[in-house]
Amino acid sequence: MNRRAQLSALLALPMLWLIGIYIFSLVMLLVTAFWVTDPFTSKVKPGFTLRNFEQIIANPAYATTSLRTLGIALAVTVLSILISVPLGIFMAKVASPKLRAILAVAITLPLWAGYLVKILAMRITFTEEGFFNSMLGPLGISGPGFSIVTVVLTLTYLWLPYMAVPVYTAIRQLPPNLFDASSDLGAGAGFTIRTVVLPLIKPAIIAGSIFTFSLSLGDYIAAKFVGGSTQMIGSIIASNINLNPPIAAAFSLVPIAFVVIYLLSVQRTGALERM
Amino acid sequence: MRSKIMTGAAFIAVAALALTGCSAATDSTATGGLSIDVPDIPMLEELGEMESEVNIVAWSGFVEPAWSDAFTEETGCTVNRRVAGTSDEMVQLMRTGDYDLVSASGDASLRLIAGGDVQPINLDLVPNFGDDIVEGMKGQIYDTINGQSYGVPIGRGANILQYNSDVVTEEPTSWDVAWELDSPYAGEIIAYDAPIYIADAAVYLMAHEPDLGITNPYALDQEQLDAAIDLLKQQNTIVSEYWADPAAQITSFAGGTTSLGTSWEILRKLTDDDKFKSVLPEEGSTGWSDAWMIATESESPNCAYAWVDYTSSAEVNGAIATNFGMAPANAAFCDTSDEAAAHCEYFNATDEEYFSNVWFWTTPIEQCIDGRTDVTCTNFQQWTDAWLSVKS
Repeated sequence: MNRRAQLSALLALPMLWLIGIYIFSLVMLLVTAFWVTDPFTSKVKPGFTLRNFEQIIANPAYATTSLRTLGIALAVTVLSILISVPLGIFMAKVASPKLRAILAVAITLPLWAGYLVKILAMRITFTEEGFFNSMLGPLGISGPGFSIVTVVLTLTYLWLPYMAVPVYTAIRQLPPNLFDASSDLGAGAGFTIRTVVLPLIKPAIIAGSIFTFSLSLGDYIAAKFVGGSTQMIGSIIASNINLNPPIAAAFSLVPIAFVVIYLLSVQRTGALERM
Repeated sequence: MRSKIMTGAAFIAVAALALTGCSAATDSTATGGLSIDVPDIPMLEELGEMESEVNIVAWSGFVEPAWSDAFTEETGCTVNRRVAGTSDEMVQLMRTGDYDLVSASGDASLRLIAGGDVQPINLDLVPNFGDDIVEGMKGQIYDTINGQSYGVPIGRGANILQYNSDVVTEEPTSWDVAWELDSPYAGEIIAYDAPIYIADAAVYLMAHEPDLGITNPYALDQEQLDAAIDLLKQQNTIVSEYWADPAAQITSFAGGTTSLGTSWEILRKLTDDDKFKSVLPEEGSTGWSDAWMIATESESPNCAYAWVDYTSSAEVNGAIATNFGMAPANAAFCDTSDEAAAHCEYFNATDEEYFSNVWFWTTPIEQCIDGRTDVTCTNFQQWTDAWLSVKS
C-alpha cells in the first residue's frame, strides 16, 4: 500500500504532464480539425466536417508544400550526418585531448545562443552584400541568396549539435581494440569505418536524425527569414492559425504523420531499443 | 566578421524594437449606399461613472505611458495594454471577451462588426471627433456600416513603392517594374506576405487589364481573383523575398538583396539612408487605416469612451501618429508646432488627393462592395486559400 502510494506520488507529475499537456492538446488538435469556420467572421464553430481534409487534398499548394518540407527535412538530416560522422571520428580518435575539448565546446556553443539570433545571423551572412558574398565574391563565387538552399544550410546550422553530440559520444565509446583488430586483419581506414564504425554508431545516427528530421519538419521561421519565397508546412499553418484554425489543425496532422512513419520505419531496424 | 554580424544583429534588434507589432495595418474604402447585414447591438446613450480600468488590444506604439499615464490621472481608469502583431490576432483576442477596446485595421473591422464583437459608437460622446478629422477618414466602409459608426479613426498610411536609387536610377512611375517578367529588376523585388496583398495585384490589373472590369480591389469575383492570382504567380518568379516582418524588409533593402518593392513610409524612414526613395505610382496603391472600436461586452464602456475621446484630441492623436509613423486622423495636430507640420507634410496627412489614389484595406466579403449584385464576390477565406497557391 505504502509502496503503491509512493509509486503514484512518483508518477503523478510526469503522468499529469504527459496526459494533461501532451495527449490532451493533441486530441484537441485532432478534434478541431473537424470543426467549421464561418467564412466571413472567421468564428470557429464545433461541428463535424471533412471539408478541411478535402481542401488539403484538393488544393495542390498543400501537397507541394508538404513534399518540399519533407525534402528539406531529409536534406538537413543527410547533411548533418555527412558532417557529424567524420567530425566525430576525428574528435574521438585523432584529435589531442585539448583540441577535442575545444571542438566539443565549438559544436555546442551555438546551442547557447538564441534561436532567432542564429537565424538572423544567417540572414545577414547570406544577404546580397553580406559576409558570404563579400568573402567569396572575389573568387567568383556568389551565394545562394535567400532560397531553399539557404533554408537547408540554416536548419543544418541550427540542428547540427543534436546529431554531432550523440554521434561523437557513440564513437568515443567504441573500444579502441576494435580498431586495432580491424587494422591487424589488414583493413584500411576507409574499410574500418564502413564495416566497423558505421554499423556500431547507427543507433546514434538514428537518434540524431530523429531530432534533425522532426525539428526541421516543424520549422518555418527559417523559411520566413532566409527562404526568400520558400514556403514550408509551418508557414501555411502559421498563416491559417488565426484565420482558419480548423484547417491549420488538419494540416498539422501531416508533419505528425511524417514523423510517425519515420519512427515506425526506424523502429523496424531495431535501432530505437538500443538508443 | 564577428563585429559585422554583431553590428547587423544590433541593427535588427533596434529596428525590431522600433517596429514590433507594426506589421499592423488595414482598412477600407468608401462606398456609398451599401447595406450589410450586421447584428443589432444597442449603442451607449449617455456616459456614467468611470470604472476602474480599461483593457486595450492595440498595435505597438498606440498605447504608451507617455500619454496613458496622464489619462489615468485624469479619469482614474488604469490602462492595461495588450500588443497584437496581426489583424487576425486582434480579432481572436477581442473574441475572448477580455478586452474593452481595439485599434482595429480595416481588414479586421468588418469581421468584428459582422461578428457582433464591437458595438456602434455614439459620436456625440466623443467630442474630440469633430470637424478636424481629415475628410478621407470619415464614414469609411471599414468603420461605418449602414450609416452607423463603429470606429473612431486613429491614422492611415499608404503601401508605397520603395526603391534603391543606386540601382533604380530613374524614378519609377508605374508598378510595372514590380509585376512584369521583363522588369530590369527581376530577382530583386520584394512583395508583401499576406493574403491582403492580392488587392495590390488587383489595383495593378485595374489599370492595365480594364477588360476584367475591376472597380474595387476588395470586390473581386472568381474570375477577377484568378487573374490576380495569375499575376501574383508571375511575380513569384521574379521576387527576391516576401516580407511580413518589418525588420526583415528593412534588412532586405539595406543588405542589397532587394532593389524595389512594396513598403511603408515609416520603413523607408527607418532605413536612415537617402538612397532609398519612395513613390506612389500612377496606378495608385493599397493602404491601411486604423480605428478605435469598443467591445460589445465591454465591462468598462465609460473608460473606453473616455480613452477614445482622449486619444482623438489633436495632441494625443498626433503623439500616436508620430510614434507609429503614420498620417494622423486629427488634422488639428498639424498646426500645433513646426515638427507637427513637418510630420503631416511627410506623411501627406491632409493631402486628400494623395489618398484618393489609395485603396484602404477592407475585408473582402461575399457581398460585392463595389455595388455589383449580379455576381458573388470572393471572401477572405477564399483569398487566404488562393494566396497559398501563389508561393507553391
